[in-house]
Amino acid sequence: MDSNEAIFNGLKDAGIDFIVSVPCVNLSKLLNMIDEDGEITHVPVTREEEGIGICAGAYLGGMKPAILMQNSGLGNSINGLKSLTELYEFPLLMIMSHRGTEGENICGQVPMGESTPLLLKAMDYKFFKPAHPEGAYEDVKEAWDLSKEEGKPVSVLLEIKYW
Amino acid sequence: MARREAIEEIMKYIDDELVICNIGFPSRELYDIKDRQKNFYMIGSMGLASSIGLGLALAKPNEDIVVIDGDGALLMNMGSMVTVFANNPKNLTWIVIDNGAYGSTGNQDTYAQKLDLVDVARGVGFKNSHNFKDINLKEFIRSDDASFIVYTTDSGNSNAAIIDLTPIEIKNRFMNSI
Repeated sequence: MDSNEAIFNGLKDAGIDFIVSVPCVNLSKLLNMIDEDGEITHVPVTREEEGIGICAGAYLGGMKPAILMQNSGLGNSINGLKSLTELYEFPLLMIMSHRGTEGENICGQVPMGESTPLLLKAMDYKFFKPAHPEGAYEDVKEAWDLSKEEGKPVSVLLEIKYW
Repeated sequence: MARREAIEEIMKYIDDELVICNIGFPSRELYDIKDRQKNFYMIGSMGLASSIGLGLALAKPNEDIVVIDGDGALLMNMGSMVTVFANNPKNLTWIVIDNGAYGSTGNQDTYAQKLDLVDVARGVGFKNSHNFKDINLKEFIRSDDASFIVYTTDSGNSNAAIIDLTPIEIKNRFMNSI
């Protein structure tokens, strides 16, 4: 499995069938794979918090939702995650490209990159940081199971070195 | 006429439709006027009513979804207008009660007073963008494109009480009704 296949296969084997996305260059191949999969409803959104609402609605309608985004989108989503997803105990898998980590070449990504794990901890949301594709495949499946069990969002952070 | 009367009027057209209702007084007033299992009351997350409605509409293409939104909430998540239009779920009817005010926080003015929201939605591309007073709502609930309807009212809240259901109860009974 390469780095993209690992995430994609994890999503498929977790049963994820509804994905909203805001792109990141590191997610571009994965987003193409999702777009081409006939069993997954893929909805690109204009801003991440909008995607949180769409995922909640999709879950109300019986689907298994995930959001794919850059970690900057976590900053745009916090109220929706707290006062919708967590409040009503909607499960949500968050696959985040974690910019601003080792190997980052854009300084603007660094402040949010450094704060992302701290924010997730402050929000009391669990997250995984897989180092290689085999781990990522397992982490994606486990993150969805954990999210269903806890009724809270669970994230998989994909640092630059992962790819 | 204020929002409460608008919600009463909208609910005359609702039979089996799934209703997603905006946070604050709109949900409290709907709960007071006509509580039903197929109502989803928002307790937090201002701006996301239309997004919840879109996700539900895409997940349940054979159910009709009606979103009761507000002008302030729409302005907070304006990108949703683009996403709803681009996905064009024919089973989604998005009604914005435009009272020109942030009603639940004390009726402060919104910028919607300076806009014609029907024209804004037409500009984005909605074929079905109308003022409520000009249409039969049921026709638009059943139409073959997503609909954007503006219901213009005065500002002001009723004395509807805080909803005495927990968020989990609201979610579970709503999901069980589908």
